[in-house]
Amino acid sequence: MYSDKVMDHFTNPRNVGDIKDADGVGEVGNAKCGDIMKMYIKVEDNIIKDVKFKTFGCGAAIATSSIATELVVGKTIEEALKITNKAVVEALDGLPHEKVHCSVLAEEAIKAAIDDYRAKNNK
Amino acid sequence: MERRYFDYSATTPVDPEVLNEMIPHFTNEFGNPSSIYTYGRESKKTIENARESIASLIGADPKEIFFTGGGSEADNWAIKGIAMSLRDKGNHIITSNIEHHAVLHVCEYLEKHGFKVTYLPVDKDGLISLEDLKKEITDSTILISIMYANNEIGTIQPIEEIGKIAKEHKIYFHTDAVQALGNVKINVKNMNIDLMSMSAHKVYGPKGVGALYISKGVKIEPLIHGGAQERKKRAGTENVPGIAGFGKAAEIANNNLDKNIEYLTKLRDKLIKEITNNIDYVKLNGHPIKRLPGNVNISFQFIEGEALLLSLDMVGICGSSGSACTSGSLDPSHVLLAIGLPHEIAHGSLRLSLGRFTKEEDIDYVLQELPKITNRLRSMSPLYEKVKGGE
Repeated sequence: MYSDKVMDHFTNPRNVGDIKDADGVGEVGNAKCGDIMKMYIKVEDNIIKDVKFKTFGCGAAIATSSIATELVVGKTIEEALKITNKAVVEALDGLPHEKVHCSVLAEEAIKAAIDDYRAKNNK
Repeated sequence: MERRYFDYSATTPVDPEVLNEMIPHFTNEFGNPSSIYTYGRESKKTIENARESIASLIGADPKEIFFTGGGSEADNWAIKGIAMSLRDKGNHIITSNIEHHAVLHVCEYLEKHGFKVTYLPVDKDGLISLEDLKKEITDSTILISIMYANNEIGTIQPIEEIGKIAKEHKIYFHTDAVQALGNVKINVKNMNIDLMSMSAHKVYGPKGVGALYISKGVKIEPLIHGGAQERKKRAGTENVPGIAGFGKAAEIANNNLDKNIEYLTKLRDKLIKEITNNIDYVKLNGHPIKRLPGNVNISFQFIEGEALLLSLDMVGICGSSGSACTSGSLDPSHVLLAIGLPHEIAHGSLRLSLGRFTKEEDIDYVLQELPKITNRLRSMSPLYEKVKGGE
């Protein structure tokens, strides 16, 4: 039911972990629904230099978090904010219909981390 | 990679002896049991032999066994058939909130058609309360339907006591014994069971065949109307190869019942003990003792069940989970919620069900692989980080 790309990102997720002195941290979802994504970003000169994640969730939730970190790293804040859940799904070569909400969560996690960064830096 | 199967509660492989019994009935002995010539009579005889084997496994008379297209049909028939037959007498049905959907959804359907249904709650181990049951009985109660053993958490209900209460109140008692058959000693007479659902593919028989035990004298309407098969109670040309297989499967189950229970209980208890001793933040779901001999159901905190299943599959272990992601809905299993698990713990449940072909080395393999998987998934979990960080 999952594409090879999803299985690859589930088996070998990129950028797992946390950033101790992160510039922005976003946490979305809730345990009741079975998905929580936490994303950490490090920003220099308006560019996302480093990103890490931790996720409680199904295979698709872990894979969408992983691919989302790959999509944002090296991007400017403005570029990162333009990443949609659709882009996340496409980057994974598709997701089963009932798992599309995981990609929405990934988009929201990026936005939440950036919101936190902006709030801390009055931007 | 060798695949290790731990989902016997979902289905079982057909026993080679069962398959041998079935094969001739596809080709050489293909007759319609309703036909008068030799081919037909042979098929008829095959069905009657199977009926005897199944009756013998549950302490019934062969005339009380009616073949169906599976366990779900048996459940549908029992409940709708009694509801239709007794609707002038009453419109109240008592069941539990941990039944299989083949019972629950039938009850919900009947509610739309004027019946009243009481869904008894269960305690933290998954047992109904006999006091609750007695309290809910009214003059209009026509049926009590309580499953023998739960498919997810393995809890075995006090069937004999329920049967006694039903008998005292002259109410029909149906039990869904799909999971119990071949794993528990059943005697429908001693237990005062009036109707009992069974399925072949959970006892090393083929899929698509089951049976309903209907105690002599019980008034029930047919579910499938048509020809005069199954003594005019269940129409349709009989699935002769399937029924032959079910009969053989029942015979094997009967001959090995004690041995099977002892063997599976030993493996089950080892698996439960080692997992709960060696992995932190786990919880056994279901009754510790009153449970199916092959059922292990454990929740792993901070982990989601589907991620656990995928990881296990990658090392060749086939299990199942009550997480929302595997149920096709947004909520985790109704059974796990009914025993009081919070959503987040229900999402992290793993069911490993053992069976005839499970070996001790398979158990050892799970015990070797599982901690690695739970460690990996927890290392990625923001929930675990909070616990470790003392937040």
